[in-house]
Amino acid sequence: MAKKHKWQDLIKDPLNENNPITVQVLGICSALAITVKLMPAIVMALSVMVVVAFSNLIVSLIRNYIPNRIRIIVQLLVVATLVILVDQILKAFAYDVSKQLSVFVGLIITNCIVMGRLEAFALGNKPLDSFLDGIGNGAGYGLILIIVAFFRELFGSGTLFDYQIIPQSFYDLGYVNNAMMLLPAMALITLGIVIWVQRSLYPQLTEKE
Amino acid sequence: MELWNIFIRSIFIENMVFAFFLGMCSYLAVSKKVKTSVGLGAAVVFVLTITVPVNFLIDKYLLQPGALKWLDPSFADVDLSFLSFIMFIAVIAAMVQLVEMFVERFAPALYASLGIFLPLIAVNCAILGGSLFMQQKEFTQVSEALVYGLGSGIGWMLAIILLAAIREKITYSNVPAPLRGLGITFIITGLMAIAFMAFMGIKI
Repeated sequence: MAKKHKWQDLIKDPLNENNPITVQVLGICSALAITVKLMPAIVMALSVMVVVAFSNLIVSLIRNYIPNRIRIIVQLLVVATLVILVDQILKAFAYDVSKQLSVFVGLIITNCIVMGRLEAFALGNKPLDSFLDGIGNGAGYGLILIIVAFFRELFGSGTLFDYQIIPQSFYDLGYVNNAMMLLPAMALITLGIVIWVQRSLYPQLTEKE
Repeated sequence: MELWNIFIRSIFIENMVFAFFLGMCSYLAVSKKVKTSVGLGAAVVFVLTITVPVNFLIDKYLLQPGALKWLDPSFADVDLSFLSFIMFIAVIAAMVQLVEMFVERFAPALYASLGIFLPLIAVNCAILGGSLFMQQKEFTQVSEALVYGLGSGIGWMLAIILLAAIREKITYSNVPAPLRGLGITFIITGLMAIAFMAFMGIKI
């Protein structure tokens, strides 16, 4: 049977040492596309957290009844159902943000974090542990999203949550927003730098040749 | 000429990887060798070329508001579009299963080298993304959807082969230790994306 997991470790590890994005390399796609502004990034992070946590819980509850050969399809159905719920809720209560996220809400289904955690954790662990693991991984994912979005919005548009942060006097002195940061390409480079910083601080994460 | 336009646009201008970051996970994980990346790229092209038109037909004749009219006029105001995610993913999962059996039977060497990433094409965001963008673009004919699927697949394949070629060379250079592996790959991809932006000005 599954080994015992400490609950606080389940939440804490994915925030840093086992971060889904920078260490496990899962869920990169959405991490990059929706980080131009902070607000959609936070909504996205919450949606992913909900989907990961509950799909982990559900799959873990039925893990002993899923035939091995068709487990991927079963998992996809569970995830797709949850994502449809999230999508409909967003459309009802946060229409503007859901327009900005466009297809990326639907893409949570194929977000590798969800499938990765289901395969790696929920299939072999108790429901409560799996639920916490989902929360932890969702939070780790959200953390990176927020860091990247923070820098992109601050330097790209001079705002945070659409409030002007960089004062007008700077612009009068000739400061110009770096429009580069709004381009998709800079998301990749920002994330590359985040990884660089993280691995410099924690050398044990460095990849071996 | 309209079809050519969609084809070229989906390869270069709206490249799956560089403009939308779709399919990043396998893009990063399988791009260590050119040979495997060619194999995975071909599988993605194949799956996209089939699933996008199939999903287009499903969307057009089953899911869109009023799409069920061909069945009975009384269904004219039925809107099943909230089911599109689940239908699309079911079609994709079935197609991937088919491709997997096909590759296992006819190209066992490729099957072994692709490993876990072949079944994971089902959860490759590029595939579902292709279908979802197809839905957003509101194509009117199935040929447009077909060309769009093919073009996006080729664009993805092009991107992964380019990155694999660079990564094969970069093993010989002296990258700072914390940047090695994932970090430098991100930065390379970012620079490639900037290069691809040169296509953006092109009007066809």
